[in-house]
Amino acid sequence: MIEFKNVVKQYPNGTIGLNNINLNIKEGEFVVIVGLSGAGKSTLLRSINRLHDISSGEILVDGKSITRANGKQLRRIRRDIGMIFQSFNLVKRATVLRNVLSGRVGYHSTFSTMFGYFPKEDHDIALDALTRVNIREKAYIRADQLSGGQQQRVSIARALAQKPKVILADEPVASLDPLTTRQVMDDLQRINRELKITTIVNLHFIDLAREYATRIIGLRAGEVVFDGPVSEATDAKFSEIYGRPINEDELLAADAPKGGVTV
Amino acid sequence: MTPAPTPEAAASGAPTPPPSKKPAPTIDSKGLQRYKMLATWIIFIGVLVVCFVGVDADFMALFSDGARQNMGRILGEMMRPDWSYASHIWKPMVETVQIAIAGTIIGAVLAVPVALLCAVNIMPKKIVSIPARMVLNLVRTVPDLLFAAIFVAVFGIGAFAGMLALVFFSFGLVAKLTYEAIEAIDPGPLEAMTASGANKIQLIVFGVIPQALPYFFSYVLYTFEVNVRAAAVLGFVGAGGIGLHLDQQLNSLRYDRASTIIVITLVIVLLIDYASTYLRRKLL
Ligand SMILES: Nc1ncnc2c1ncn2[C@@H]1O[C@H](COP(=O)(O)OP(=O)(O)OP(=O)(O)O)[C@@H](O)[C@H]1O
Ligand SMILES: [Mg+2]
Repeated sequence: MIEFKNVVKQYPNGTIGLNNINLNIKEGEFVVIVGLSGAGKSTLLRSINRLHDISSGEILVDGKSITRANGKQLRRIRRDIGMIFQSFNLVKRATVLRNVLSGRVGYHSTFSTMFGYFPKEDHDIALDALTRVNIREKAYIRADQLSGGQQQRVSIARALAQKPKVILADEPVASLDPLTTRQVMDDLQRINRELKITTIVNLHFIDLAREYATRIIGLRAGEVVFDGPVSEATDAKFSEIYGRPINEDELLAADAPKGGVTV
Repeated sequence: MTPAPTPEAAASGAPTPPPSKKPAPTIDSKGLQRYKMLATWIIFIGVLVVCFVGVDADFMALFSDGARQNMGRILGEMMRPDWSYASHIWKPMVETVQIAIAGTIIGAVLAVPVALLCAVNIMPKKIVSIPARMVLNLVRTVPDLLFAAIFVAVFGIGAFAGMLALVFFSFGLVAKLTYEAIEAIDPGPLEAMTASGANKIQLIVFGVIPQALPYFFSYVLYTFEVNVRAAAVLGFVGAGGIGLHLDQQLNSLRYDRASTIIVITLVIVLLIDYASTYLRRKLL
């Protein structure tokens, strides 16, 4: 579904973000990418839908080269890739439904979206997506009146409204408490299983990665240093990825009492 | 590489956060600061003195006998407005407000595309945003009365010239305020729209407009307030509105009638200010 061929990303200031990445992610996989801060997780994810351009190599999404695509082709490929961000990236003043509907723009001409009009089918798709993440009843509320967990579910619904083949999530739970973290991860897992949407998630909690992933990819300094099923991702392997023993705060479970008790 | 918009470019348009920490002041920096303070005051007073000399400022003139008498006479007449004259000025008063409304609306509509072209988070290409800003700055250097005088010369005396002057003035003001507001919006939704396959116009419709619209309306209302005041004096250069009548009455030394005009203008301006401020507070 997603193929990285000798991908190198060098930032304009010379930093190497990705160093010769070769990967093949198959349809329906739930891939979790782990690595220290600065390892290149976000860079990897953002190069898939070309929010970042890569310096050399090629990335194929569903057989099509996003690296070579331009203009309309690029937007067409992006339409098939839903993205979820750590900071939700919703339009806070707009209603939940409006935010979810905005995921549909890739299906319409510029002219018909210019006045913000969407056909009834789109409303049905949007409401359906909200139902899937259990916040259908919030459809007509302004996005900024929801809790963080609810906002993240709205952004999942927006991604779903795209009817994507792939979902990318960059630290989707990093600004949530442990309880909502599980709800959001459960939503992502359910969507991955029921709709067969290939899912790639950046996480920094090791236990979460093991719990939800079907495959774990470890990055260090822009290189893949681990790639395998959860069963092979032992504590020793994680220490290798991180280049040091695992810390307490890299476990959600260890985090839970802290986040739960203190108010 | 490719011209596709990237969040790297978008992020550079975000407002820079205020500097967080100042270095702790040491004895040295305290002394330095005292010198800076002193230098600032000396420069300030120097500038003031140069300006006074330049305008032949003579504060004694304020209290001279001639000035006192003139002041007393004019104020005395103004204290007794000629209310019978009020019925003659409703029409030009309405015209004044109409000039302000038409000028504000047309100027604000024209400002929208230019504001979008000026905002670097929407238009990362400098080849577009820099010329757009240059045009904008040029328009903004021309005072509204100068615009009015030019349009009176071109299109003749009347409200049309005044309206055109305010179109240009509003355009400059609204475009400048709006593009700064656009550059300060949350880049997150723009990134999300790009990621979902939106093109530039869709990005603007769904990412920019919902965030910037309340600011835009607020600036339009503010511009309208300024324009009502400006429209009241446009008549002095022949560009229509109540100012023409005020000019006439002042020239024929009818201070009682002039004061009727002034009082009514004041009331209208205050009412509009009040309503507009109320609306703006509701918006933001
Ligand atoms: N816009 C940029 N310009 C220059 N260097 C960058 C830029 N963005 C990221 N980098 C660098 O590229 C490397 C990888 O960054 P990236 O954001 O992908 O890391 P990450 O694994 O997502 O880290 P985190 O867990 O902190 O989010 C880092 O060394 C970072 O400093
Ligand atoms: Mg990151």
